[in-house]
Amino acid sequence: MSSASTGFTASEMMIVAAARELAGQRVCFVGVGLPNIAVNLAKRTVAPDLELVYEAGVFGARPARLPLSIGDPTIVTHATAVTSMFELFGFYLQGGLIDVGFLGAAQIDRFGNINTTVIGSYASPKTRLPGSGGACEIAQNAKSIFVIMRQSPRSFVDRLDFRTSVGDRVSVVVTDLGIYHRVEGELQLDSLHPGVTLDHVRSAMGWKPRVSESLVETKPPKPAELRMIRDELDPTGVYT
Amino acid sequence: MRDAIAQLVSDGDTVAIEGFTHLISFAAGHEIIRQRKRDLTLCRLTPDLIYDQMIAAGVARKLVFSWLGNPGVGSLHAVRRWTEGERPRLELEEYSHFGMVARYTAGAMKLPFFPLRSYADTDLPRANPLIRPITSPYVDEEVYAVPPLTPDVTIVHAQRADAAGDTQVWGLLGCQKEAAFAASRVIVVVEELVDEAVIRADPNRTILPGLVVDAVVVEPFGAHPSYAQGYYDRDNTFYLEWDAISRDEASLQSWLDEWVHGVTGRAEYVEKMGAARLLGLRPTPAPSGSVDYGEYR
Repeated sequence: MSSASTGFTASEMMIVAAARELAGQRVCFVGVGLPNIAVNLAKRTVAPDLELVYEAGVFGARPARLPLSIGDPTIVTHATAVTSMFELFGFYLQGGLIDVGFLGAAQIDRFGNINTTVIGSYASPKTRLPGSGGACEIAQNAKSIFVIMRQSPRSFVDRLDFRTSVGDRVSVVVTDLGIYHRVEGELQLDSLHPGVTLDHVRSAMGWKPRVSESLVETKPPKPAELRMIRDELDPTGVYT
Repeated sequence: MRDAIAQLVSDGDTVAIEGFTHLISFAAGHEIIRQRKRDLTLCRLTPDLIYDQMIAAGVARKLVFSWLGNPGVGSLHAVRRWTEGERPRLELEEYSHFGMVARYTAGAMKLPFFPLRSYADTDLPRANPLIRPITSPYVDEEVYAVPPLTPDVTIVHAQRADAAGDTQVWGLLGCQKEAAFAASRVIVVVEELVDEAVIRADPNRTILPGLVVDAVVVEPFGAHPSYAQGYYDRDNTFYLEWDAISRDEASLQSWLDEWVHGVTGRAEYVEKMGAARLLGLRPTPAPSGSVDYGEYR
């Protein structure tokens, strides 16, 4: 549902902002969900030379539709290479060929550490989340990690319930409210999305954020970007 | 299929039905449910709907995995019911994707462990004490090790095999090769049985030789609602429907009664699912170019 005042949704702003952060990047490891749509938008806009790498074992994917899952057959047809998962994780990822790993998260802390395993205790969890998948090794082996996730006091937490993936290489976090970059080991709010106030951001997180002295407003989505999301990438509105 | 599962899968076995999103043998999983196997340790990187169904049916006591979800849709509700809260009913042993792939690889190679650059500074080794740090014997460097995984039975779905079990796959390869070579027994389920000459005309595409295969079962659409590259697409409508069916234990059990216990096998399931729905999943053709292996006499 788009906001009457802006003409785009918070999710659309988040996807567009995340896609723009990929300008100039070459080899990107794509995660499930929101990363999938942001990376596919970047490939169609700011980063046409981006090589899309999927953990299912594909290098240089050319998906003709938005992949429904991380192992959709559309990532195979017309790809540069299909590999075993051993090769993909061993040679491409652990071998150091991935510039950006693009991840989602259920919880993140101020240092960029990520939880996708459990809410509550591990032995008797309140909510059982999917677990690592490839995230733990992507976070440790890609040169840089981008995170895209919705921000709330439940997702931006002072203390993670479980550390699934380390934050050392997290360089960008894009949310539905703004954009953070890693400065001196900590996430710093550098940009607020249109219509979002600093107070709103502060109320939607579990720690007192470091804020850039030159905080800016994120440039709103262009009509062409919105058209691609609505007509091509997510016509049924699953992510937006 | 009935004979293969009856003869090769026993109560208490460690069973891996592998195939990463692609080529998941729902046909074999359903037969295991129909035969009411018990106390299985189920292994898969992504348990997917098939293990949600098998766990709900009560065949498993333990799950070894790396990503637990309905891919592209959400949660596996049956598994969540069995694992959340004060008294989980299902034992979990949890790794990352590369950790699981490395475990099958160590199993296939008869190595005591496999080293990898994952897990440092995470809570995963604490959650699973089988993930352990080791120091390189050559340089002062610590990495993590995972133990070999050697299933009693690995089941894979493939596009085609010959009667001897020589098996060919194209599209996503996942870790079926590693999981099969690691196993004591292997069942291959195929869309098509082909002549040996078809296999020999394109040996680069062979992932398993008949040498390691104990049974070949022909089950067209045997991977539905997952997919077989070039044959049919994932039935995403079903993946979405399962989210609703599986939220409620009673509706899940009545689905199992109707679609698993209520049919004799995959052929009847396919007939019941209906030609229109399944043929609607056929992709348009995108054939590979052929290569010339050359004749050397």
